[in-house]
Amino acid sequence: MTPAPASTDDPKRVAEFEARIARGETIEPKDWMPEKYRRQLIRMMSQHAHSEVVGMLPEGNWITRAPSLRRKMSLMAKVQDEAGHGLYIYCGTETLGVDRHDLVLQLLSGTAKYSSIFNYPTLTWADIGAVGWLVDGAAIVNQTMLAKASYGPYARAMVRICKEENFHKRQGYEIMATLAAGTPEQHAMAQDALNRWWWPSLMMFGPHDADSPNSGELSRWGIKRKSNDELRQRFVNLTVGQAKAINLTIPDPGMTFDEDTKNWIFSEIDWDEFWRVVKGDGPCNRERLAARRKAHDDGAWVRAAAEAYAEKQARASSAA
Amino acid sequence: MLGHRLSEWCGHGPILEEDIALTNIALDLVGQATLLLGRAGAVEGKGRDADALAYLRTDRGYRNAHMVELPKGDFGFTIVRQFLFSVYSMHQLEALQSCADADLAGIAAKALKETRYHVRHSAEWVVRLGDGTDESHGRAQDALDELWRYTGELFTTDAVEQKLVPQKFAVESSTLQDPWMRDVSDVIARATLRMPGEVYQQRGGRSGIHTEHLGVMLAEMQVLPRTHPGAKW
Repeated sequence: MTPAPASTDDPKRVAEFEARIARGETIEPKDWMPEKYRRQLIRMMSQHAHSEVVGMLPEGNWITRAPSLRRKMSLMAKVQDEAGHGLYIYCGTETLGVDRHDLVLQLLSGTAKYSSIFNYPTLTWADIGAVGWLVDGAAIVNQTMLAKASYGPYARAMVRICKEENFHKRQGYEIMATLAAGTPEQHAMAQDALNRWWWPSLMMFGPHDADSPNSGELSRWGIKRKSNDELRQRFVNLTVGQAKAINLTIPDPGMTFDEDTKNWIFSEIDWDEFWRVVKGDGPCNRERLAARRKAHDDGAWVRAAAEAYAEKQARASSAA
Repeated sequence: MLGHRLSEWCGHGPILEEDIALTNIALDLVGQATLLLGRAGAVEGKGRDADALAYLRTDRGYRNAHMVELPKGDFGFTIVRQFLFSVYSMHQLEALQSCADADLAGIAAKALKETRYHVRHSAEWVVRLGDGTDESHGRAQDALDELWRYTGELFTTDAVEQKLVPQKFAVESSTLQDPWMRDVSDVIARATLRMPGEVYQQRGGRSGIHTEHLGVMLAEMQVLPRTHPGAKW
């Protein structure tokens, strides 16, 4: 995959590089960068791209059952946007000297990670609302920070993606608001979805800062400009009021408001569940990978045909 | 119907670019269906909107051709069907632009632009699959042979159509067959595929007699409005 191990990095160049970051300069593909910076970026960006692609599955699950033509079209457009984001970030990752095909194989073999949130099932239509509102909402908090990342192609991708995610979030919230104001069954459906998606959404920000192995380096290199816990707190503060506004209850009865910090203090996350899902034992880990592998395997003959045809065309045009 | 079938590919396509392209076409088709059903509901004048017509009719009330309700099959089947249908739809929409109903003429003009792209996209893939590998050639040919018996229905006329044609509210379906055949044979030839011979043509969709697949598809599609009558979404 990537050549040159970290040990070859010249300490002087690393120091110059870190000075550039400290001055707030943006790093571009042709600039020199420490090997470890490159590898961290490839890891983060490809995980992000994989998450977009795997994220199509839980929402795609409801396209054929969307309850109106308008909802069906918005959901299709949303899932399509995610495919576009995946493609865009894969292309961004290729600026670091890796091939999209190799990255996809890492996903399919289970060696690359994607966001654990997509290992939870979408059981009712309200889950489509909850995913848009909470999952895209959490992603926006994270990506707004990443839009200031030191690596130019990633930062620019995040700016563009955030705009669309904001739209998705509003759409999801609107689904929840409609259900919450609907029949008693619809309200119950919305509350149930919030109950199931709340804690996994908080887990999206990753482990506590103290337990986050990559955080120190990522923050020194300007890739991550805020800590997991800071971002999580920001998300909670934003979301509590939104839930109240549509008459839904956050499933954390112990939650209190701290007047001094203006933070909502929430209960401890179930970290056993967090690590269990990360390690592959979430409700849908196997199903998600199986679906991606099936799409890849079923599509092999199509990709082969497209390649064979392109070669024939190239031969014909060079012979002419 | 076809938009629904295409949307089943979303997240499962052979390459990410094609997930996007097929979903684009699905979006166009569901958009066209929404406009057409909306207009149909208005003409009917019984207060049924596009959603009521899509979500609250049973299969016996649907009037689509069999071809579009068939399960999506493999990518070859999906592409060949899309191509055969889009060429038909393109010629129909071209003619409908001069429909006496101004709304319908407007919908046709908008839909035509989209459909020309669907024809281009699906034709390119038919050629790629037909002239790609032995396997893709075989799969494309199988799809073409399998679908051929559902093409005749697209060009059959019925009593309602015959009544509407003289008033310029509808296009006589049989007149679309020649231009359709010309376009289709051209692409089939470029794709190095073989035109299927004469086969018995299935029909019934236009009079509400469908394949077994439609009932199952509607059961899935209509589950929420049926389970929660009167609810808003």
